[in-house]
Amino acid sequence: MDFQVVVLAGGTSKELIPLVSKEVPKALLPVANRPVLSYVLEFLEQSNLKHLIVVVEGEDAALRVGGWISSAYVDRLHVEVAAVPENIGTAGALRAIGHYLTAHDILVVSGDLVCDVPPGAVAAAHRRHDAVVTAMLCSAPVSGPSESGSSGGKDKTKKPGRYNIIGLDPTKQFLLFIAAGAEVEKDIRVQKSILRAVGQMEIRTDLMDAHLYAFKRSALQEILDQKESFQSLRQDVLPYLVRSQLRSELSLDVAQAEENGNDKVVSLDNKVMLSQLVANTSSSSFHELCAMGPNGSAPFPRKTHKCCVYIASKNKYCARLNSIQAFSDINRDVIGEASHLSGYSFSAHNNIIHSSAELGSKTTVGPQCMLGEGSQMGDKCSVKRSVLGRHCRIGSNVKVVNSVIMNHVTIGDGCSIQGSVICSNVQLQDRVVLRDCQVGAGFVVSAGSEYKGESLARK
Amino acid sequence: MDPPRRTSRVIDPKVRHVGFFAPLSPGRTQSGPPAPAAPSPVSGSPSGNSLSPVMIPPPRHASDNLSSALALHQPPSRPVSVPVTSAVRRPSIDNVAVVGSYNQSETVLATSPSAISPSSRIGDGEFSEDSLNWIRRTNSGKFSSSVPTGGFDLAVKKAQEVFEKGGGKGPVISNELASNAKPLKDKMTKAERRAMQESQRAAKAAAKGSSSAKEGRKPAAASGVAPFHEQTAKGVKQPSQKKDIPPVAPSIAASEKKGGDRPPEKDRKKDVPPPRMQFDDKNRVEKAKRRAVVKQTEARNRVELFRHLPQYEHGTRLPDLEAKFFQLDPMHPAVYKVGLQYLAGDVFGGNARCIAMLQAFREAINDYCTPAEKTLARDLTAKINSYVSYFIECRPLSISMGNAIRFLKARIAKLPLNLSESDAKATLCSEIDRFIKEKIVLADKVIVRHAVTKIRDGDVLLTYGSSSVVEMILLYAHELGKQFRVVIVDSRPKLEGQALLRRLVGKGLSCTYTHINAISYIMHEVTKVLLGAASVLSNGTVYSRVGTACVAMVAHEFQVPVLICCEAYKFHERVQLDSICSNELGDPDVISKVPGRMDVNYLDNWANKDNLQLLNLLYDATPSDYISMIITDYGMVPPTSVPVIVREYGKELLLI
Repeated sequence: MDFQVVVLAGGTSKELIPLVSKEVPKALLPVANRPVLSYVLEFLEQSNLKHLIVVVEGEDAALRVGGWISSAYVDRLHVEVAAVPENIGTAGALRAIGHYLTAHDILVVSGDLVCDVPPGAVAAAHRRHDAVVTAMLCSAPVSGPSESGSSGGKDKTKKPGRYNIIGLDPTKQFLLFIAAGAEVEKDIRVQKSILRAVGQMEIRTDLMDAHLYAFKRSALQEILDQKESFQSLRQDVLPYLVRSQLRSELSLDVAQAEENGNDKVVSLDNKVMLSQLVANTSSSSFHELCAMGPNGSAPFPRKTHKCCVYIASKNKYCARLNSIQAFSDINRDVIGEASHLSGYSFSAHNNIIHSSAELGSKTTVGPQCMLGEGSQMGDKCSVKRSVLGRHCRIGSNVKVVNSVIMNHVTIGDGCSIQGSVICSNVQLQDRVVLRDCQVGAGFVVSAGSEYKGESLARK
Repeated sequence: MDPPRRTSRVIDPKVRHVGFFAPLSPGRTQSGPPAPAAPSPVSGSPSGNSLSPVMIPPPRHASDNLSSALALHQPPSRPVSVPVTSAVRRPSIDNVAVVGSYNQSETVLATSPSAISPSSRIGDGEFSEDSLNWIRRTNSGKFSSSVPTGGFDLAVKKAQEVFEKGGGKGPVISNELASNAKPLKDKMTKAERRAMQESQRAAKAAAKGSSSAKEGRKPAAASGVAPFHEQTAKGVKQPSQKKDIPPVAPSIAASEKKGGDRPPEKDRKKDVPPPRMQFDDKNRVEKAKRRAVVKQTEARNRVELFRHLPQYEHGTRLPDLEAKFFQLDPMHPAVYKVGLQYLAGDVFGGNARCIAMLQAFREAINDYCTPAEKTLARDLTAKINSYVSYFIECRPLSISMGNAIRFLKARIAKLPLNLSESDAKATLCSEIDRFIKEKIVLADKVIVRHAVTKIRDGDVLLTYGSSSVVEMILLYAHELGKQFRVVIVDSRPKLEGQALLRRLVGKGLSCTYTHINAISYIMHEVTKVLLGAASVLSNGTVYSRVGTACVAMVAHEFQVPVLICCEAYKFHERVQLDSICSNELGDPDVISKVPGRMDVNYLDNWANKDNLQLLNLLYDATPSDYISMIITDYGMVPPTSVPVIVREYGKELLLI
């Protein structure tokens, strides 16, 4: 279908420290014991998109990601892993790999996306309107484990105002305004010209930008070339395109018209008539109306381009792993309500316990839990709504609730872990109590210590 | 003035008896048991009583030979123009002419003797004589003479209805007749019987004459259509609805009608499209569903009469198709995009849809390369077929699109085998370009030139909906400085007229905008009605946006001429008498909602109610009686001349 897919897998994100490290770039963070990137790759593979470009920040990270991809998907996907320097932003990353891009349209997917919305829908909406950019919006996830009910100290970690402000036209097909909630100070500015052209704008805050964009390649590259300062797709490129949609500075249409004019013998008069014929009997968006001027025939039609949105329906799952909160949410959801994404088969108790895992006597593993390969648990343990990685050794009388425990973690007797994330190779000595903590890789928590809402990592 | 007359005609015996005449085919009388044979004498008798249509047609044919031959020899490019004044006069003609669907049956009568008898007659003269004798014998043996005629009437009427309903289905008719046979037999009086016998004899003689006459004129008058066009032009008060040849007649008369300029049987079969899918046939629907690209769920509450038309839940189709975007490998992106646009309603209107489709095909052909061990002509045709079936799933094809597809396929089939692939592709692309340019763009220009001559200063022109040609005409007339006013009549749910209104007002025309509810009020001040059409069928019926028939009828009632502007590539040889058998159903949801009125929500969740069915028809058929003139790229013609254009120029579409 003439689409190229670029997966922006990022590098080691600052927001996810201490979960990420040099050894574990963001793309390889385990979600239900699978790297988060695998969700994106499989989600693309399901849509028959098998030629992918994965862009990773940093050479090291690129090597690791590339190594993992080639081991896991060697015969299934055709993936090129491109390394770009760190901190050049998403726009910079696309600029860096510009020479790879040849297709008519480009699908840009964030590597931390966990969703089940078919990307084809976005691409189809993009094609249908012949848009310059199409963004996928999904309903913003309810942050925090509100459905589990045990949101003790969660309110503190929940950042207020992490929503996008999105303006849509009445048909909900075009994007008129976009701003990330974090950047909005007190007021937002909406362009009068757009408002006048559309007549009506719907401003919503319950939508989230899923970072799945379809771009017209020529337009994207033109912007990237012209605007050297643009760093981020979300913060610079998309708002720019939305802002300038009625006074487009892109040279798309002119170039097309010239091409057509040259290779066709049809006289210009006929062409104009033909285009009018088609335009008049097809429903025209406000772009065309505006371009044609107030009385339907401006001598020099204004140049416009379309910014479309695809709004995923509410029953689809869509989340981005861009914060620690999101990390635990996604882990819980993939095992719980969005279990179809995990690709595992659940037992009768609605949990996944690997056959090689060993459970002590009187140990209970509740529903919506996952126990990785080769893990051992002592007696009288209880696990609820948690994900435990591979080869963990857990002593007796341990309680794990609402937590993520990665691989090769050793937990001593009598520990209690709630709402925490414990990275690989961590050692918890006896009687440790953790509540809403993050423990970085390789950290050793001394016996009997109690932590609440802290981030523990090796210095 | 017309409607009451028409209703009275329904029970007119003159018309009614014809239903029985058609089954008088030699095969049936001979092979069937006595009971089914019996109705044929009955059928004959009324025709003897009244002005016998059996006798009239042959001389009419013969006398018109010359004129029709003349008509045919006229240079085809000359526009057959009808003055508008005659159009205004038309109502008076119609008063005399038989109108409505009953003409159909009359034509059965008119054709059947001439059509049947030659074959039977020339084959073996003894045969029909025999059957007649045999019939006579049974009559004399069995008939009693005293039965109230009322009952007879009823039975006849019933049978007539049956015949009409049956349409093309011979067996149905004969069965029904068989069941009706007994009561009919009893009701013959002696006089009737004699009359009937005489009429039969007369019919034989006439048929003999006509057959010999026909042999003489075969090359000239290819079908019985041309003469009648000539008649109406002259204002002869004969039923001009010969064009209404019902589906029954052609099957019998096919061999006869086919003159020198008809393509041979084989070609014709190829041209005939496969029968439309009937969506009340469960098995076939299931089969089609399995093949389908677009996932379709049938709508639940469908109107009984329209079950044979496809109707799907509209909400789910677009997301489903969108989701499959990357799974559809064989589909060309351009084709896919156009299909999406059809489905989403982004592109509508006959011309726009056709152009969009052709341009998509052109791109697909450009990117096409023949797979190894296959020939371009076959493989490409298969490809196009798959695209077309995808389009049909998105939205049923319009007739204009069907014609364009036929054109393209014919072009592919006609490609010389030794042409290289790139040459073939270039040829096809230029052919497509030429089709768009000549058949649509230039045709529109020609239509505009013709139509503008009919617009005078001080005119009040009424148009309905939004037709691209009509818009061009209005704008051009405005450019020429003609002083006129435009009334735009619109209707829910699409309100296409508003876009047209916006453009016209933007250009400085003075307009009036109203909804179709007010049509009878506004029609007083209107001097001409200009309408577009989705298609013009060969009986002169105009198939167009729903509501057009209503506008045309009101205009006719007010004696306002109705001008239909339609490109000739939209003409189709199909004959359609109603808007039921072939139509398109839109999204029923849209008629239950009023845009911008949140308070009008009485029909929310209507789909849950079993006893409510909404019908959103998209097209209707306007009978040719309401149409004064059709403006097409071949000139301005009366609706009766449509078959001529279809015959003479339709071929050109496929052959050049």
